[in-house]
Amino acid sequence: MLELGTFIIFSVTALVSAVFVITRRNAVHSAIWLTVTLFAVSGIYLLQHAEFLFAVQIILYVGGIMVLFLFVVMLVDIDVALKQARFARQWQVALVTAILLLAIVGYALYNHGQGLNLPARPMVNAPAQNTQAVGMALYQNYMLPVEIASVLLLVAMVGAVIMAKRKLE
Amino acid sequence: MIPTDYYIFLGSGLFTIGVIGVLTRRNVLIILMSIELILNAVNINLVALSQYFKSVDGQVFAIFVITDAAAEAAVGLGLIIALFRNKETVNADEIDLLKW
Repeated sequence: MLELGTFIIFSVTALVSAVFVITRRNAVHSAIWLTVTLFAVSGIYLLQHAEFLFAVQIILYVGGIMVLFLFVVMLVDIDVALKQARFARQWQVALVTAILLLAIVGYALYNHGQGLNLPARPMVNAPAQNTQAVGMALYQNYMLPVEIASVLLLVAMVGAVIMAKRKLE
Repeated sequence: MIPTDYYIFLGSGLFTIGVIGVLTRRNVLIILMSIELILNAVNINLVALSQYFKSVDGQVFAIFVITDAAAEAAVGLGLIIALFRNKETVNADEIDLLKW
C-alpha cells in the first residue's frame, strides 16, 4: 500500500512536470521542470531496487546534462524567444498524431483488460547488492560494449568542441 | 509489489508527452529536452522489465542509454551554439535552407 502510494506520487510528479517541460514559454523554466521529472524518475528507479541506476540518474542526468542544458539556454538569446510563438504551425496535426499513438499503445497494452498478462513472479528476496551485480555485468558480459561506449563519449566530446568552436579553419 | 504493467503505462505516457514536445515546439532546446523525456521513458520500461525478469541486463542497457543521452546532449548543444552563431535563431521552423 505504501509502495503503491509512493509509486503514484512519483509517477504523477513525473508526468505533470513533463507536461510543464513542453508547455513553458521560458526555456529556463522548462529545464527546471525537466530536473523535477528526472528526480521523479530516479525515485521510480529506487522503487524498483535499481539503486545504482538511481545514483547514475542523479549524478549524470541532473548533475551533468541539465547543467549543460542550462549553460546553453543562458548562452542563446532567450529574450527574443519569450516574445515569439511557442508552438509550430503544425501543432494540431502533431497533437492528434501523438494522441493517436498513445491510444494505439494504450489499447495494445490494455489488451481487453488483461494488461500485459505477465505471469506473476514471486518477489524473491530483493537483490541486496544491486551495484555489485551491475558492475559484474558491465565488466564481464558487457565489456566490449563498455569500451565502445567510451569511444563514443570521446567522439562526442571532440564533436562538441568542434561544433562550438568559434571558427573552423 | 507494484505490477509491471503500471511502469509500462507510465513509460508510454512519458513517451507520448516527449513526442508531443518534439512535434509541436519551435525552440530547438526544448525539442532536445523532449528527447531526454523520451529516453527516460525507455529507461523506465527497461528497468521495469529487468526487475520482472530478475536480471540486471536491462539496467545495464539503461546505463548505455544514459551514456548515449549524454553524448547526444553534448553534440546537440554544440550544434545549437553553432546554429545560433550563424543564423541568430533557435526556432526549428526558421531553419529551412534545405526546404524546397
